[in-house]
Amino acid sequence: MIPGSFSYHRPASVADAVKLLSDLGDDARPLAGGHSLVPMMKLRLATPAHLVDLHGIAALKGIRRDGNNLVIGAMTTQHELLASDDIAQSVPILHEAVLLIADPQVRYRGTIGGNVANGDPGNDMPALMMTLGATYRLEGAGGARDVAAADFYQGAYFTALEPGEILTSVSVPVPAVGHGYAYEKLKRKVGDYATAAAAVVLTLSGGKVATCSIGLTNVHETPLLATDAAKAVIGTSLDAATLKKAAAAAEAIMAPAADARGPVEYRKHVGGIMVTRALQRAAAKAK
Amino acid sequence: MNDLTPTREQRSAALEGMGCKRKRVEDIRFTQGKGNYVDDVKLPGMLHGDFVRSPHPHARVKKIDDSEALKVPGVLAVITAETLKTVNLAWMPTLAGDVQMVLADGKVLFQNQEVAFVVATDRYAADDGINKVIVEYEPLPPLVDPFKSMDADAPVLREDLVGKTTGAHGPRKHHNHIFEWTVGDKELTDAAFKKAEVTIKEMISYHRTHPSPLETCQCVCSFDKIKGELTIYGTFQAPHVIRTVVSLIAKLPEQKIHVIAPDIGGGFGNKVGAYPGYICAAVASIVTGKPVKWVEDRIENLTATSFARDYHMTTEIAATKDGKVTGLRVHVLADHGAFDACADPSKWPAGFFNIVTGSYDFPTAHLAVDGVYTNKAPGGVAYRCSFRVTEAAYCIERAMDILAQKLNMDPAELRLKNFIKPEQFPYHSALGWEYDSGDYHTAMRKMMETTGYAALRKEQAEKRAAFKRGETREIMGLGVSFFTEIVGAGPSKNCDILGIAMFDSCEIRLHPTGAGIARMGTKSQGQGHETTWAQIIATEIGIPADNIMVEEGNTDTAPYGLGTYGSRSTPVAGAAIAMAARKIKAKAQMIAAYKLEVHEDDLEFDIDGFRVKGLPEKFMSMKDICWAAYNSVPPGMEPGLEAVSYYDPPNMTYPFGAYLCVMDIDVDTGVYKVRRFYALDDCGTRINPMIIEGQVHGGLTEAFAIAMGQEIRYDEVGNVVTGSFMDFFMPTAVETPHWETDFTVTPSPHHPIGAKGVGESPNVGGVPAFSNAVNDAFSFLGATHIQMPHDFWRNWKAAKDLGAVA
Ligand SMILES: Cc1cc2nc3c(=O)[nH]c(=O)nc-3n(C[C@H](O)[C@H](O)[C@H](O)COP(=O)(O)OP(=O)(O)OC[C@H]3O[C@@H](n4cnc5c(N)ncnc54)[C@H](O)[C@@H]3O)c2cc1C
Repeated sequence: MIPGSFSYHRPASVADAVKLLSDLGDDARPLAGGHSLVPMMKLRLATPAHLVDLHGIAALKGIRRDGNNLVIGAMTTQHELLASDDIAQSVPILHEAVLLIADPQVRYRGTIGGNVANGDPGNDMPALMMTLGATYRLEGAGGARDVAAADFYQGAYFTALEPGEILTSVSVPVPAVGHGYAYEKLKRKVGDYATAAAAVVLTLSGGKVATCSIGLTNVHETPLLATDAAKAVIGTSLDAATLKKAAAAAEAIMAPAADARGPVEYRKHVGGIMVTRALQRAAAKAK
Repeated sequence: MNDLTPTREQRSAALEGMGCKRKRVEDIRFTQGKGNYVDDVKLPGMLHGDFVRSPHPHARVKKIDDSEALKVPGVLAVITAETLKTVNLAWMPTLAGDVQMVLADGKVLFQNQEVAFVVATDRYAADDGINKVIVEYEPLPPLVDPFKSMDADAPVLREDLVGKTTGAHGPRKHHNHIFEWTVGDKELTDAAFKKAEVTIKEMISYHRTHPSPLETCQCVCSFDKIKGELTIYGTFQAPHVIRTVVSLIAKLPEQKIHVIAPDIGGGFGNKVGAYPGYICAAVASIVTGKPVKWVEDRIENLTATSFARDYHMTTEIAATKDGKVTGLRVHVLADHGAFDACADPSKWPAGFFNIVTGSYDFPTAHLAVDGVYTNKAPGGVAYRCSFRVTEAAYCIERAMDILAQKLNMDPAELRLKNFIKPEQFPYHSALGWEYDSGDYHTAMRKMMETTGYAALRKEQAEKRAAFKRGETREIMGLGVSFFTEIVGAGPSKNCDILGIAMFDSCEIRLHPTGAGIARMGTKSQGQGHETTWAQIIATEIGIPADNIMVEEGNTDTAPYGLGTYGSRSTPVAGAAIAMAARKIKAKAQMIAAYKLEVHEDDLEFDIDGFRVKGLPEKFMSMKDICWAAYNSVPPGMEPGLEAVSYYDPPNMTYPFGAYLCVMDIDVDTGVYKVRRFYALDDCGTRINPMIIEGQVHGGLTEAFAIAMGQEIRYDEVGNVVTGSFMDFFMPTAVETPHWETDFTVTPSPHHPIGAKGVGESPNVGGVPAFSNAVNDAFSFLGATHIQMPHDFWRNWKAAKDLGAVA
């Protein structure tokens, strides 16, 4: 559990960081909170020759409003997300889900950018960002581009990030006033990734579901949007039969790996239950 | 006497002796990060060693190429079995009478086995070196399932034993067989089963797990070529034994070996035995002439040094229709991994597993244990329990619940019906032990009353009905456990380690000002010896505990002792402390008699000094006696106030307890909630109630972890898949239930202060309480026995198998 040797760089601007990354090529990796990258390095599963630490770039920090969006700098820590009143009030599901990430020590260091850029299907933010319809700003030598969270994830640890690019911010559309939300996560203990988790954001109209989106964490090699499941509940009052249908539709797209959290069958089964419970809790919260 | 004269209560309280919730003195340094652990030892010129480990569970080692590794800057040496052979150390003896490879000699027998030891100027260079050692393996078929180990076509694991039909514990039946151990009367037991009105039979497995102390195993070895002396700083629960073992295997004179165990960050049995790291660091220091440090990382700790349990216990009880037990028959298949590296007293290949009759009056019993080799890490150690006592307690406590279910009796009632009665003590068990004392009925009834057991059963019945009506998806379980431990190894007639009787020792020296030092053969790993040992002395001789410094762990200064494990410190060393203190007290009495000018017999001890009987004002305090011991002893008496005691206990001690776990399980997810956990412990005389409570909390937390998820698991091809705390369940404060503790006091009749030991009781009694709660929850759905660990997915699977989830 000792990493190999590497060089350390600490640029002060996004431009410098991007330049370093494109100059150094494949051997370089951005370093954010280090809570995913450093353990991989200790196991020598990751052996970057260069680390480009993003902590020196002030522009990557902070949470601001941009019209109907909340724009969160990539280097904003999970702890800072929790401390934000704006997030707690306007995107409360983000607050709820961040609280379920590991423990305070991890949240003091772990960043939103690292969490979404890592491409680890176990991380909680990616599915949530898909559910919220968030977009990521990516900046590289060729300039900046925005990619929808829903288009970002290609496989386990494979994302739309091109070599030399960094993710600079996450833009989250603020959900409608009166929306209901829930992030249901089953985990074995504090500090564990989800056995299965489901994010639900919905609105009700006259007691029936008007809009709904559902995201799934750690039940596939990428985070998932359960569009069929979400469709199944539109126009319903979430009666037992509908919930069953939604859970089944969600389970149909799950393909988790068997691991110490349980066999495939169990992880899919509880994935369905997380969807059911998140739908019920979200509906109860909606106004 | 004026108002300022302290009362007797005040004088007694000032001592902070036995019964006082004295704050732990060691915590002052521990809570400020000022402890001194092995990894804090930094010697000039110190080198670092680290292992190349096998990725294969079973393979022939064709070639080890270290040429690239030796080119890595900072790498000084690569030690292999070939190097060790030059000093005859490629293999080492285990405490269980087997031998174990120090470094792979021709083949590897478990994944992560030590293959080569890279020595470098720092840990980073050592790790770089490891990655450059090229080992050529030829994989062999792995043997993972212990039940297949004795198949005719099972692969031969131990080529060194080929042709050996006898092992350290008698005949070997198969090339992967280690020993068979039988106890009890087979004929009588078979006859009891023939006549039985009711019998039960179940294969009860206690899965492989690991003690996983916070601090892993580590050492610093420093060989002084000029003096020919070897100093070893190490995380040793038994430093004196380590010194003797090193002397015997390295052929160094014992006085030239200095073993120092500094502060230890938890042991739980993991740090009793000797590991390849110690031998390699010592050899590396001898070869390089520099101190060499070896520190295990977490993966290495979990996967290579000493697992625990892995006992597969086919258990049968014979009984009458009305629930009186008439016989017990147990067969154990014991998976020891690649080498039998159990840390048991030499004569006991399955430890004290023959305590398996538990708290019940079995007229007859028979036990057979077969130890086998598999391609897994060697062991197994006693993880916070006396040797194999946790396995035994789990076996009988589960089996009693299974019997209760078959008889449709309440499990608590069944136990009450079969307990050994108070008047039967000292009680001779069918499997050969003499239980010293106990009052099981009182403890059980107190548990039932305090928890409102009857009301809980009623609530359970209502919940079950509601579940059947489809009104809830939650089921409720009550886990009863009543354990009897056997600790305090042990009497020389029963117990030795490599021929050394399992006594323990204490040396006390009082200084002129009424303060002193006490040294013991034990070694605290967090148990709080510095606090409690001083309390025993305070009460015995009337010197405040604060004035006694307790020192352990340095083999040059401490008297020889067998160390701390198996809840033996209080039963054995605690007795030695009292006995040494009493020698001092006897001499103090003579000095006081001389100074007070009376006959010794006219004096009585009174809290903190001696008083002339009938003349309360004629009193000499222990403090003054200490002074007198250094300037005016009676003519003919040697000055000074010092004593040493080596205590060979006449018997083991038998702590017991009644536990109850109340658990709710959501059948749809398998998620459980421990609603309540009540633990009543009877450890005899209670030295420090606060420390006892802390020990119980810690042991229960481990029991909770083990029963509810903590396991060392191998996949079907022998890869160990639980190598980190992500998958090896280590509960945090969030998952840990709230513990309610309680006690009764039944002092040990043969122990000088009546104490029995408590550190391990909660692990021993806790595991069956949790497992019984899960099994009890599912029993109304038709379950008879569900194997541990009871993690979420397995609970869901149980529910599914029983048809409770679609
Ligand atoms: C014990 C433990 C438990 C955890 N449990 C959870 C959990 O339950 N849920 C959860 O969601 N997470 C969990 N995490 C992960 C944690 O939230 C991490 O902090 C997060 O996944 C990665 O963020 P980081 O800032 O630490 O990134 P780093 O580890 O520094 O980086 C991760 C990866 O992303 C890349 N990267 C980082 N920032 C950028 C960027 N701005 N642009 C481009 N690439 C970038 C890095 O090069 C690296 O490849 C846990 C971590 C630990 C140690």
